[in-house]
Amino acid sequence: MADIALGQVAAKPAMREATAWERLRANRNWLGFWFMMPAAAFLILFLAYPLGLGVWLSFTDAKIGRTGEFIGVENYTWLWDDSVFWLSIFNTVLYTTVASIVKFAIGLYLALLLNERLPFKAILRAVVLIPFIVPTVLSAIAFWWIYDAQFSIISWSLRHLGLISGNIDFLGDTWNARWSVIFANIWRGIPFIAITLLAGLQTVSPSLYEAATLDGATRWQIFRYVTYPLLTPIIAVVMTFSVLFTFTDFQLIWVLTRGGPVNATQLMATLSYQRAILSGQLGEGAAISTAMIPFLLGAILISWFGLQRRKWQQGEGND
Amino acid sequence: MTDLLTANQDSLKTVLTAPPSRADYSEGVAYLESLPSRLVRVYLPLTIILIVLLFPFYWMTLTAIKPDEQLLDLDRFNPFWTWNPTFKHIYKLLFETNYPLWLWNTMLVAVCATVLSMIASVLAAYAIVRLRYKGAQWVGGAIFLAYLVPPSILFIPLSSVVFQYGLFDSPFALILTYPTILIPFSTWLLMGYFKTIPFELEECALIDGASRWQILMKIVLPLAIPGLISAFIFCFTLCWNEFIYALTFLSSTQNKTVPVAIVNEFVDGDIYRWGSLMAGALVGSLPLVILYAFFVEHYVSAMTGAVKE
Repeated sequence: MADIALGQVAAKPAMREATAWERLRANRNWLGFWFMMPAAAFLILFLAYPLGLGVWLSFTDAKIGRTGEFIGVENYTWLWDDSVFWLSIFNTVLYTTVASIVKFAIGLYLALLLNERLPFKAILRAVVLIPFIVPTVLSAIAFWWIYDAQFSIISWSLRHLGLISGNIDFLGDTWNARWSVIFANIWRGIPFIAITLLAGLQTVSPSLYEAATLDGATRWQIFRYVTYPLLTPIIAVVMTFSVLFTFTDFQLIWVLTRGGPVNATQLMATLSYQRAILSGQLGEGAAISTAMIPFLLGAILISWFGLQRRKWQQGEGND
Repeated sequence: MTDLLTANQDSLKTVLTAPPSRADYSEGVAYLESLPSRLVRVYLPLTIILIVLLFPFYWMTLTAIKPDEQLLDLDRFNPFWTWNPTFKHIYKLLFETNYPLWLWNTMLVAVCATVLSMIASVLAAYAIVRLRYKGAQWVGGAIFLAYLVPPSILFIPLSSVVFQYGLFDSPFALILTYPTILIPFSTWLLMGYFKTIPFELEECALIDGASRWQILMKIVLPLAIPGLISAFIFCFTLCWNEFIYALTFLSSTQNKTVPVAIVNEFVDGDIYRWGSLMAGALVGSLPLVILYAFFVEHYVSAMTGAVKE
């Protein structure tokens, strides 16, 4: 980019020195280059380069404090035979699928509710967003306390309602732990989905609803054939983000279970942290991270194109 | 995906079709709906969802101000309320631990990283939208892709980069790496804002002999202030929220940020730790909640604006 811009400018015959300088200053490409510099520097040094480096590291036996030698796909063959790695893939896929579906369902439902005529609508909307504002780690700590094996408020309430006899071991049992972290993730994700979808809903013109009502559409038909098609583009984007961030989640798991009990909630992100940083096997950790990339691309493609096609089917323009 | 949709449709169908009467449909006009039907169809589910969403914060706050003996004795005291609130936990947090230092670290990192990112993304967004240099569209797309690269696949190579640059265990490690999360987001948001500023204003300024820099500083930026505020507070929140980089790149206690410090320093097996743990979580959230309370609208527009593009 930069070279092209420079080359073109330099090629022009300079009539006077001042003119050349002035032309340069008015040249879009030259200016654009300088305007892009700071952002490009950050993104290349700390994003593109590490991304490439990560892939490279996954083919080496690098450890903390030692640059690795190239060892081909040894890390990957090692992981292929590692049952914990496969378990982490299973956990991550389960976590992402269940959490994303439930988040979407409840988030959309909440958005529809908030789109009704309500008193104190602005305040309600503000309150709904609070779980998204509070840092994940801090709300995860609150969940940790809510899920405490001995003093859990949920166990206490259920016991006093007479529904269970003993305390529930939320984070100590394999499946309990999985559902508990999934619930916490859903709790944290709903506000984002609800508020963005609400913004989409508010752009739907009320006259469309009026027209549909006059044509005798039921409430469900109005949602299915008016609201939903108009929302699809925004749903596509929101769900892409949601899937992406659920799949790569780290904070919540790290605070609640650290991958335990016996790796039952080990996600790929937490496993790569354990292997790379705690055990020092940078190469192996990088291989796990790199193994996430195809899944991410797949998730992005599915949610993006799956929903984009619907948009096109509805006869809207492809913008 | 289809499962997802049908599951959702089913849940909605039951909710939307069950309570109101058939007659209400033929009317079809929301304001004619009777109050009892609205109570069941709208207010009841809304209340349940709100209670679930807010309960952890209530619980966090309550735990932070409960005396220790009430925390663990669920039989003699009603756990949902306390008549003897105490500020012991918060006092202990602020005066007997490094908590103020961690708050300061978090604040410093968040402000520096946000300011750096804002400068970089204002320039980049303006160049992409208005200078439209060769390949600007592609760069815009690449920036969106950068937004989709999650920190959890970057932290391992980044940790070795941070080592190489000699930044390990210094606030600069975070100040320089956070912008990679923030720049794509805020550039994308500001691009949307800059597009809404009339082109003609800039043309007039160009004819009057203003340079691109003057146009940016004197025309575009003042008009984009709402967008700048949105981007700023959203970036700030993201910084405050960030965990994995801070966990990986910092090691000494006095350099830690609030989320990392709470997780690592407070968890010491003490059975009475819950009070101070919750106090830490509460005090750590307050700055963001206060900021949020003042800028709700900007916040929402930041969140939705970046998605709408």
